[in-house]
Amino acid sequence: MADTKDMTAPASTGRAWENDAVLTVEHLTMRFGGLTAVNDLSFNVGRGDITALIGPNGAGKTTVFNCVTGFYKPTEGRITMRHGKVSNDFIERVTDTGERYRVEGNAGVYLLERMPDFTISDKAKVARTFQNIRLFAGMTVLENLLVAQHNRLMVASNFTFGGLLGLPGYRKARQASMEKAIYWMERVNLLDRADDPAGDLPYGAQRRLEIARSMCTDPHLLCLDEPAAGLNPRESAELNDLLQFIRREHGTSILLIEHDMGVVMEISDHVVVLDYGEKISDGDAEAVRNDPKVIAAYLGVDDEEEIEEILEEDAEIAKAHARGEEVSDDVVMPEKAKAKSKAKPKAKKAAPAKARSEPVPAAAGATPAPAMAGGLNAPRDGKGDNLTRIKGIGPINEKKLNAHGIFHFDQIAAWKAADVKQAEDYLAFDGRIKREEWVKQAKTLAKGGDTDFSKRVDKGAVPSSRSGKGKGGSK
Amino acid sequence: MSETSAPLLSVSGVETYYGNIVALRGVDIDVHRGEIVTLIGANGAGKSTLMMTICGNPRARHGQIVYDGTDISAMPTHEIMRLGIAQSPEGRRIFPRMTVMENLQMGAQLVDDKYFDDDVKRVFDLFPRLKERQVQRGGTLSGGEQQMLAIGRALMSRPKLLLLDEPSLGLAPLIVRQIFDIIGDLNKNEGLTVFLVEQNAFHALKLAHRGHVMVNGKITMSGTGAELLKREEVRAAYLEGGKH
Repeated sequence: MADTKDMTAPASTGRAWENDAVLTVEHLTMRFGGLTAVNDLSFNVGRGDITALIGPNGAGKTTVFNCVTGFYKPTEGRITMRHGKVSNDFIERVTDTGERYRVEGNAGVYLLERMPDFTISDKAKVARTFQNIRLFAGMTVLENLLVAQHNRLMVASNFTFGGLLGLPGYRKARQASMEKAIYWMERVNLLDRADDPAGDLPYGAQRRLEIARSMCTDPHLLCLDEPAAGLNPRESAELNDLLQFIRREHGTSILLIEHDMGVVMEISDHVVVLDYGEKISDGDAEAVRNDPKVIAAYLGVDDEEEIEEILEEDAEIAKAHARGEEVSDDVVMPEKAKAKSKAKPKAKKAAPAKARSEPVPAAAGATPAPAMAGGLNAPRDGKGDNLTRIKGIGPINEKKLNAHGIFHFDQIAAWKAADVKQAEDYLAFDGRIKREEWVKQAKTLAKGGDTDFSKRVDKGAVPSSRSGKGKGGSK
Repeated sequence: MSETSAPLLSVSGVETYYGNIVALRGVDIDVHRGEIVTLIGANGAGKSTLMMTICGNPRARHGQIVYDGTDISAMPTHEIMRLGIAQSPEGRRIFPRMTVMENLQMGAQLVDDKYFDDDVKRVFDLFPRLKERQVQRGGTLSGGEQQMLAIGRALMSRPKLLLLDEPSLGLAPLIVRQIFDIIGDLNKNEGLTVFLVEQNAFHALKLAHRGHVMVNGKITMSGTGAELLKREEVRAAYLEGGKH
C-alpha cells in the first residue's frame, strides 16, 4: 500500500499520458528475422484518454498492437498495464522479481510482454478488435457477444457441471451475461439483428459488433485497429459518438489505429505518429496535425481544408449575389474556376505519369526540401511575406512553400507555367494554383496592393489565414 | 471494335439475391469507354455485390450484363476475366503464401510475357513500397501494403475495364491521394475505363466523370461527379457526417 502514496501528481495539466498512464510502452523492439518492424519505441497511453496511433502503411502500427495484446512476444522492451494508481517503484519491483503481474490492494501491475495472450484479456483487461474483421461468422450476433463472456460463465458453471445442474449461481451469471450482451447490442444498434449470423452483416455493422464483443470483456484498455475503415463519413461520426460514450460512461481508455483523420483529429486527446517503426511525433491532435514531419510523411494536404474552402467560396458567391452587389473580379473567381477546371485535367494529366509517381520524401521535415525555381535559402531581411494573404494558401501550404524557399509575393508573381505545375505537383493540387490565380494575386500583393481577399485577411476575417502583413504571428 | 457509341459495360435491370435476401433490386448502370464511373453509398447498400455480380459470383437472377457487345451474365468468372476485366476486390484478397512478385505474376497470367518487365516496373513505380518488399510473402505485408498489392495485381493483367472495390480502404491519407492520382492518370494517358466503388465519396466524386448513389440495392441518384458533390442530399449523407 505504501506504493500508492508516492504516485505522481494527478493529471492537473490535462495531459494524462504524462501524469497518469494506463499503458506504458518502453523501448519496444520487434524483429522478424532481419526485418525490424518496430524499433526502440516508447510511448504512454493516458488513463481515460483516447489515444491514436497513426502513420504510413507498413510503419509498424499493427505490430505494436500485436505486442500489446500478446499476439507477438516483443524482441525487446517492456509493456506495462497499470490498474489504479501505480508508482514507478512498484513497477520496478515487479519487474525485478520475474513475476508476470502483481496486485496490491487497488493497484495492479501487469507486465504484458511476459503474459500469455489469453491472460492479457482476462487479467490485465486489455481487449482488441482486428484490422481484418475476425468475428465468428457462422454464429449469431448474440452468440458472438456471449462467447466473449465465456470465461466468466465457465467459472460460474463450475466448469460445466453447475450449469448442467442449473445451480442458481450459474443461472444468475447467465442472466447477467445476457443483459450485458443486450446492453451492448443496443449501444451499437444491432439489437434487431441479434439472431442473424455475424457473417451476413454489412461491413460497418461487423465493425461495430467487434467493438461490442470487446466491450463485453469489461476492458480497462480497448485497442481498435482501424475501426473506421470502410465507413462513410456519417458512419464515422456515429463511431465517434460510440467511442466517446465508451470512454465517458465506462471509463475505458482507448488506443486506436486509424487513417480517417476526421475520426483521429476530432476525438483523440493524444496522437502518436510512427514511421518505419520509429516514433516521429507525439502530442495532442493540434500539435501533431501541424508537425511538418507528419505532414510530409503522412498527411499531405488536408482534405478538410479543401472542402471548407470550396464551401467558403460558395458562401461568398451566395452572399455577394444576395447583396446584389456588382460582383467583383475576385469574388466571382469560383465561377471561372469551374470553367477552367474543365480545361485543367488536360493541362495536368497530359504530363507523363512519372511526374507524380516519384516516391514521396519520407519525413522531409528533417532535411530541407528541394528548392523551387527562384527559391531562397532564407527569406530576405529574415522575414517573409504573409503568404496566407493569397487566396488558396493556408498556413500548411505556406509552411510547405517556405520549405521550398518561397517566402515572398514577388517570387510567386514570377512563376512561369512550369513552376506552377511543379508547385501543384508538390502540393497535390490539381490546377488549383492556376484556377485561383495565385500568380495574379501575388503580382498585386508584391506591388503593395490589396485584393478583396487580402483585405479580409488583414481584418482577421479569414480563419484559415493569419492576419498581419509580415510573417510575424506564425507559430 | 464494336461501335463506339455502345457502352463498354452495360448493366440493366440486374437483381441479385443471397438466398432469399434481395441485395440488388434492379440496377441499371452504363460505363462508357474511357470513363471513370463511381458508385457511392452506405455500408450494406449493395455496392460490392454489384461489383461481384459483374464478375459472375454471385450471379444475377434477373437482368442482363453486357460487356463489349457480349452478354456475360451467364459466363463463368474465368472467361469474363479473359475478356479484359480485372478486379481489385474489397478486403485485400491477395495470395498470402506467395511472394509479392509471385502475386504480380498471377495477375499477369493472361498477358503476353514480353510486357511483364515493363508492367512490373510500372507497378513498382506506382508503389515503391512493394519494390522494397518484393521477396516477402503477401501475408506478411501490412494491411495497407496488401491493398497496394491487390491494385498492382489487377493492373498487371492490362485490363480494359478495371473494377476497384474500395481502393482507399486502410491506406494513409497521402497514399489515398496518390492512388486517386494514379487512377486519373491511367484513365487519361492509357484510356483505361474504371468502375470505382468508394466510401471516400469526396475523392471519388472529384475524380469520376459520372457518379451514382446506391441506397438499399437501388440507384437513387446519378450525375456527373461535380453535380453530385454539389447536391445537398449527397453532402449530408456521404460527405459531411464527420463534421459538427
